[in-house]
Amino acid sequence: MNSSFYIALIPLLPLAGFILLGLFGRSFFKNSSGIIGTLFLLASAALAVYVAYDYFSGSATIRPREIAFTYTWLQFSDTLSIDMGVLLDPISVMMLVVVTFVSLMVHIYSLGYMKGEERYPTYYAFLSLFTFSMLGLVMSSNLFQIYIFWELVGVSSFLLIGFYYNKPSAVAAAKKAFIVTRFADLGFLIGILILSWYSGTLDFNTLIARMTSPESDQLKSAITSSFLGLSGLTWALLLIFMGGAGKSAMFPLHIWLPDAMEGPTPVSALIHAATMVVAGVYLVARLFPVFAISDPAALEVVAWVGAVSAVIAAVIACTQTDIKRVLAYSTMSQIGFMMFALGVSKYGGETGLGYTASMFHLFTHAMFKALLFLGAGAVIHYVHSNEMKDMGGLRKYLPITHITFLVACLAIAGIPPFAGFFSKEEILLAAHENSPAIYWIALFTSGLTAFYMFRLYFSIFWNKPAHLHGEKHGEGGFAMMLPLILLGIGAAGAGFTPFGKYVSTDGSPLESHIDIGFSALPVALGVVGIVAAMWLYLKPTNRPEKLAASLSSLYKSAYHKFYIDELYLFITKKVLFNLVGRPAAWFDRNVVDGLMNLTGNSTEAVSGAIKKLQSGKVQQYAIYFLGGVIVLAVLFIYVWK
Amino acid sequence: MLNDFLILMKPELTVTVILFLLLFIKIGKGMKNETLLPLIQVLLLLNFLLGFFFNKQGVLFEGLYTSTSMIVFQKNILNLGVYLISLLCADWLRKTPHLPEFFMLMLSALLGMFFMISSGNLLMFYLSLELATIPVAAMANFDLEKKISSEAAMKMILSSAFSSGILLFGISLLYGATGTISFAELPAQLDGSPLQIMAFVFLFTAFAFKLSIVPFHLWTADVYEGSPIAVTSFLSVISKGSIAFIFISTLYKVFQPMEAIWYNMIVVLAIATMVIGNLFALRQQNIKRFLAFSSIAQVGFILVAISSNSPAGLSAVVYFVLIYVFSNLAAFGVASVISEKTGRENIDEYKGLYKTNPFLTWVLALALFSLAGVPPTAGFFGKLFLLTAGATKADYWFVTVAALNMIISLYYYLRITRAMFMDKNDQPIEKLRPDPSARLALLICTAGIILTGLLSWVYDYIVKLN
Repeated sequence: MNSSFYIALIPLLPLAGFILLGLFGRSFFKNSSGIIGTLFLLASAALAVYVAYDYFSGSATIRPREIAFTYTWLQFSDTLSIDMGVLLDPISVMMLVVVTFVSLMVHIYSLGYMKGEERYPTYYAFLSLFTFSMLGLVMSSNLFQIYIFWELVGVSSFLLIGFYYNKPSAVAAAKKAFIVTRFADLGFLIGILILSWYSGTLDFNTLIARMTSPESDQLKSAITSSFLGLSGLTWALLLIFMGGAGKSAMFPLHIWLPDAMEGPTPVSALIHAATMVVAGVYLVARLFPVFAISDPAALEVVAWVGAVSAVIAAVIACTQTDIKRVLAYSTMSQIGFMMFALGVSKYGGETGLGYTASMFHLFTHAMFKALLFLGAGAVIHYVHSNEMKDMGGLRKYLPITHITFLVACLAIAGIPPFAGFFSKEEILLAAHENSPAIYWIALFTSGLTAFYMFRLYFSIFWNKPAHLHGEKHGEGGFAMMLPLILLGIGAAGAGFTPFGKYVSTDGSPLESHIDIGFSALPVALGVVGIVAAMWLYLKPTNRPEKLAASLSSLYKSAYHKFYIDELYLFITKKVLFNLVGRPAAWFDRNVVDGLMNLTGNSTEAVSGAIKKLQSGKVQQYAIYFLGGVIVLAVLFIYVWK
Repeated sequence: MLNDFLILMKPELTVTVILFLLLFIKIGKGMKNETLLPLIQVLLLLNFLLGFFFNKQGVLFEGLYTSTSMIVFQKNILNLGVYLISLLCADWLRKTPHLPEFFMLMLSALLGMFFMISSGNLLMFYLSLELATIPVAAMANFDLEKKISSEAAMKMILSSAFSSGILLFGISLLYGATGTISFAELPAQLDGSPLQIMAFVFLFTAFAFKLSIVPFHLWTADVYEGSPIAVTSFLSVISKGSIAFIFISTLYKVFQPMEAIWYNMIVVLAIATMVIGNLFALRQQNIKRFLAFSSIAQVGFILVAISSNSPAGLSAVVYFVLIYVFSNLAAFGVASVISEKTGRENIDEYKGLYKTNPFLTWVLALALFSLAGVPPTAGFFGKLFLLTAGATKADYWFVTVAALNMIISLYYYLRITRAMFMDKNDQPIEKLRPDPSARLALLICTAGIILTGLLSWVYDYIVKLN
C-alpha cells in the first residue's frame, strides 16, 4: 500500500455529509437528510473495511506503522511544518472499523428513533461532523493533528449533548462536559508542547523512534531535566494522560459523563459509550512505546487511575436508578479496565499482553456497549421514561430488544462464549502477571459488573408486570431493530477474533490461549453476581431496600456518587470563587478596566486632535508631505547615519 | 527574437489588444452597455486565464524590461483583481454613460502597472508610474454629476504631481551621484554618501505616497471617499498591490547596499502608519473612508514583512496581497451593492443588515474577519506570514507593536460585524438582490478568503516562485 488518497476519503466522506446537510439540510433535505447521512457513512464504512482487509491480509509477520498519506498543511520553515496525514497501524485500522461500524449502526437506528424530530437534518449534520472528527483523530499522524481533531470531537460532543437546547438540564450538561474536558485538554496541550519541545518533532513515528532509543540525545535531555522532582518526560506524559483521562471520564475527571446522558440516546451510544470516550485509551496506546520503554512511572499512574475508576464506577452503578446513568457508570468502569490493562502492560512479546487485551476490550466493548445503549433507547422510546421504577415485565412487549439486551449483558458480565469474556480474561491475565493488587480489584469489579448489569436487566424485563399507560405501539421499526441484531451478533461473536494476531505492542503476532483453570474464578464470580441480582430483582420484593438499609452509609454515599460533584462545587464555588474569583474581579474592574478606559479615552483624544490634520485642503497636504520628506532626510543624513 | 518579445510581453500585449478593441468599439457605432459589459467581463477573464500559459523568463530592450515567473504571478494577481472589479461593480458600470472609456482608462493604468513591475530602469519606472496614475485620476472623476468626485480627481492629480516632482528630483540626484539609472548597475555605485541618501529619501517618498504611508497619506481618504466605489477599490487593491510589488523588488535588488538606512526608515514609518491608520479608522462613519483608513493600516503590516529583507518577506507580501485582493474586494463589493441600490454609505445604517440581507452580511463579515486576521480565514495566515517574516530580523519589540496594532484593528472590524448581526435598526436596509455577476464575484471572493489560507500549496507555490 503506497501513498493512497482513498484512505483519506474515509473521514472526508462524513465531512462532505456534514457540509451538505449543514448548509442545505434544512431547506432541501428536510426528510431525506437521514438517508443521505447514512449513505455517506455506508460508503465510508465500506472503505474502512476494505482498508482493514488490505492491511491485515498482508503476509508480513511484523505489522508496520506506516504513513499512508500525508499533506503538508502549513510550512513554517524547512524543519517546522504542520502536516495532515493518515497513519496506518493495527490500532488505527481497528479503530477505523469500529468507529465507522458503530457510527453506521447509530445512523441507521436514528432513522427510526429521531423521526419527526424538528431538527432532524441538524442532528444528522452533527452526527456526520462527529464521525469525521473521530476518524480524523484515530488516523492522526502527528500530535498537532490529533489535538485539532481532539478539540473537534469535543465540540461535536458538546453540540450533540446540548441537542435539546430548550431543555435547561441538557444545556447545563453540555456546558459541564465541555468545561471539564477543556480543563483536561489544557493539560493535554501543555503536555504536547513539552513533549514536542524535547523530541523536536510532532510526527508520531519520529517521536516514538527518538523517545524510545536510549542513545538519542532528545530522550537523554527529556529524562535528565527535572521540575518539582519529576523529569520532563514524566511531566509531558502525565499531562498528556490528563487530557486522555478527561476525555475518557477517568476518576476524578469523570463527572461530566453521567450528565452527558441528556443527549439523544443514540448519541450516547455512539459518543459516550463506543467511540469518543475511548479516545483517552487510544491516546495512551498511541504513545504506548514511549510510556512503556522510557517512563514506567507514568504508566503506573495510568494503571492506578484506571483501576480506581473501574471500581468506583462499578459501585456507583449498583445504586443508580436512571438506566442511562447505570450504563454511563458501567462505561466508565469498563474504560477503567482498558486503562489499567495498558498500565500493567510492558513492551514487546508476551509481556505486551495487557496492550493487546486493552485494545481487544475496546473492540468488544464498543459492540456490546453500543448495543446496550441502543437497547435502552428502544426501552425509553417505549415507556417514555428513564427510571427503572417505570419499567418491568417488558420482555413480552419488546422481544428483540430483550434478547439482544440479554446477549449484551452476558457479554459485559464476562460469561463465555460471549465477546466480553475473551477480552476480560486477557485483561485479568495481564493484571495477574504484573500487578496482584490490581488483579484483585479487577476481579471484584468484574463480579460487581455482572451484578449491576443483571440488576438492570431484571428490573427492565422481569420484576413487576408491565403497567403501561397510553396506547401501545410496536417495538420500533426495522431501522431500529436491524442495528440491534447486527450489534447483537457482534457482541456474541466478536470474541472469537484472533485479536492478538493483529494487534500487539511490537507488531509481531501474539498467540492468545484460554486457560480453563484461570478462567474459572472470574466466571464463577460473574455467575454469583448474576444470581444475586436474580435473587434481588427477579420478582418485586423488599429485599433490595433491606439490603440498602443494612449497608446504608455505603449505599447512600454511592447513590450520591461519593459526593464528588459536591466536592467540585465546593472547590469551584466556595474556594475558587471567593479566594480567586472575587479578588480577580475586583482587580479587573478597578485596575484593568481603569487602565483600559484610560487608554481608550486617550486614544480617542489623540484621534480627535490629529483629525485636524485631515483638513481637506490639498495645499496643506503638500506641506505635510514636504515636511515628511525633510524630516526623513534630516533624520537619516544627520542623526541616524 | 520576435517570438521572445511576444511571449515575454504577453501580459502587456493582451491588455493593449483589449484596449484597442474598446477604442474601436467606441469610435465605431458603439454598443449598448448591456451587451458591452458582459463582453468586457469575458475579455478580462480570458486575459486573466491567459496569464497562466506560455510564460517565460527573460530580459528585453537591454534591461529596460524584465520578466520572471514571480513577476508574471504578480501580474496575474492584478488581472484577477481587475476582473473581479468588473463583476462586482456591474450595477454601477451599467449605468455609466461612458463605459468603454472607463475600461480604457482602467486598462491603461493596468498597463502602466505591468510595465512598472517589469521595469529595469529608473526612467522606465517613472514613465510607467505616471501611466499607472494619470488615468486613475480621470477615473476618479467618473461620477460626473457629483462635485465630490471632481474634487477627488483634482486632489489626486495635484498630489501626485507634487509627488512626481520630488521623485524626478530624486532620480536626477541619484543619476548625478552614481552616473547610472539602470537597476542592474546601481547597486555597485551606492556608497551611502549624504547625497545618495537624500536622493534615496526622495525616491522613497514617492513610493510612500502611492502606498499611503503616513505622513504621505493625507490625500487617500478624500480621494477614496469622493471616487466611485469601482475606482476606490481599484486604487486601494490593484494600485497598492502593484506599488508594493515594485517597492519591495527595488529595495531588495537595487538598494540592497543601503539596507541599514532603509530598514530604520521602514520601522519608523511602519509604526507610524499602523498607529495613525488605526486611530483614524476607529472614528470613521463612512464605510468607504473606513476602508480607506483601514487599508492604510494594512500597508503598515506589509511594511513589517518588507523590513525583513529576505525571500520570506517577498513571498509573504505577495501572498498577503493575493488575500487582500479577495478580502478587500469582497468588502468593497458589498459596500458597492448597498451604496448603488440605496445610496447608503454610513456604518450606522448597516445595523440589522443580517435580518434583511443574510448573504451580503455573511460575505462582509467574512471579509472583515479576514482583514482583521481572524483564523481560520486566509487573512490570518497572511498576517501570520507577514509577522513571522518580520520576526526574522529579531527586532521583537517591532513585531510586538505590530501585533498590538492587529488587536486594535480587530476592535473596529468587529464593531461593524456586531452592528450588522446584533444591533437593531428601525429603518433597516431593505432586501437587495445583487446583480448575478456581482453575486458570482462575491462567491469567488468568499471562496478565496476561505481556501487561500487552508490550501497550503498556494503559499508553497509563491515560495517556490522566488
